[in-house]
Amino acid sequence: MVSSGTSQNIVSARELGVVACRRCTKAWPLGTERCGRCGKALESRDPLSLQRVWAYWIMGVICYIPANLYPMLQTKTLFQSDESTIIGGAVELAHHGSFGVAAIILFASVVIPLGKFWAIAFLAISVRERTMVSKGMRQVLYEVVEYIGRWSMIDIFVVAILSALVQLKTLASINPGMASIFFALSVIFTMLSAQAFDSRMIWDVQAGNGARSRDE
Amino acid sequence: MKDFADIEPGLALDDLIVCPQCDAAYRFKKPGNGERAQCQRCHKTLVAPRRNAGLQIIAVAFAVLFLIVGAAYFPFLTIDAAGNTNAVSILDAALAFSGGPMIFLSLATAALIIFIPLVRVLLTLYVLIPIVLDRPAAKYAIPAFRLSEAMRPWSMAEIFAIGCAVALVKVADLANLGFGPAFWMFGILVVLVIAQDSFMCKWSVWYRLEHPKTS
Repeated sequence: MVSSGTSQNIVSARELGVVACRRCTKAWPLGTERCGRCGKALESRDPLSLQRVWAYWIMGVICYIPANLYPMLQTKTLFQSDESTIIGGAVELAHHGSFGVAAIILFASVVIPLGKFWAIAFLAISVRERTMVSKGMRQVLYEVVEYIGRWSMIDIFVVAILSALVQLKTLASINPGMASIFFALSVIFTMLSAQAFDSRMIWDVQAGNGARSRDE
Repeated sequence: MKDFADIEPGLALDDLIVCPQCDAAYRFKKPGNGERAQCQRCHKTLVAPRRNAGLQIIAVAFAVLFLIVGAAYFPFLTIDAAGNTNAVSILDAALAFSGGPMIFLSLATAALIIFIPLVRVLLTLYVLIPIVLDRPAAKYAIPAFRLSEAMRPWSMAEIFAIGCAVALVKVADLANLGFGPAFWMFGILVVLVIAQDSFMCKWSVWYRLEHPKTS
C-alpha cells in the first residue's frame, strides 16, 4: 500500500477534505451525508460520540452496583440453601482453599469490568484533555477494551450452564440470582459505550497537546 | 460520483482508502492474493484478499449452519450424581433463566449463542453465493451484509464454548459429567466460526457488491 505521505507524515482523510465510511472504508467528499456504497451515515468526526459514550458508561456503572449486591447463584443442596454474591462466592472458595479459582473469578468479574470502566473513561477524557500517553498506546488500549468487552458475558453463560445442568431434584440444584440480569446489562452497556467511542478522535491533534511528534 | 472541485487535483476519491479506525488516508493499491494491506499508523488490516476466499467461506458457512442446528437440538452435557441424571441441550442452558424479569435474560442468551450466529451464517450465504457464482448481486445484498457486520460483536458462540469449560471445572468434583454429541459439534463450530471471520475480507465483499459482474 502506498501512503499518501511518508510514514512520518500520514495525512488524515479530514485534512484531505474527505469523509470516509467507517463501515466500508470508501471515501467521499466532505459533507456527503450517506455512503453511496453501503448506506452508512457519514460523519467526519461525530460530535455526539462522547455524549453517547458517557451515557452508556453511566448506565454500565449503575448496573454494575446491583450486580455485586444481589446474589449471582442460589445453590440448594440436601440440607441447606445458599445464596452467594460474586465477591462472596470467591471469598468462600478461598476459605475452602481454592485460591486459584477464587483469584480467577475475582479477576474476571471484578478487575476486568472495573478496568473497562476506567479505560473507557480515560479514553473519553484523553481526547479532550492533554495526556502523556501516546496515541499508539491509546489505540491499543481501545482495541483491548473492544476485544475484551464481549468476553465478560462468559460469567452469564457459566451461570446459565450451571443452572440448566445442576437440577438434580432434591440432591442439589443451582438457580440464577438477580445479579445475573444486572451483570448482563452492565456488560452490554459497556460494550455499547466502547462501540460509541470514535477512535479517530485519538489521532486528531488536540490544541496544546503537542503530540504531533509522538505520532509514530 | 460527486464533483471533486474542492479536492486536490488529480486525486480521485476512488484511489483513496481510509482507515476506519484512525482516519489515515492512503493511495489505494490492491494487494495481491494472500497479501494484506495494513494501516501504517494503527496497524488495522484494511484489505486482505485471498484466493478462493468466497468459496471457502461458503463451504464453512454450510458446515456452521448444520452444526448450529445440531448443537442446539442434541443433548450437550449430561450430569450424574448419586443416581440422579440430567441432560441439557444448549437451548435448555439458554432458557435456564426463567421467571419474572429473568425471561429477558433467557431471550438475550438464546439470541447471543444461537440465533445471531445462525442469522449471520444465513446472511453470509445469501450475500456471497451470487458473488462467487459471478452472478449479479442478490436483491438487498447490501443491507444484508450490513446487518451481518453489525451483528458481528454480538455473536458469542465461542464465548459460550469457553463458558462450558469453566462450568465443567466448577462441577467436575461434585458429579460425573458426560459430553453429548452437541458438545463436540459446538467445539468444531467455534473453530469454524473463527476461521470464517479470518477468511472474510470485508473490503473485497463491498467492492464486489459495488461492481457486480453483469453477465
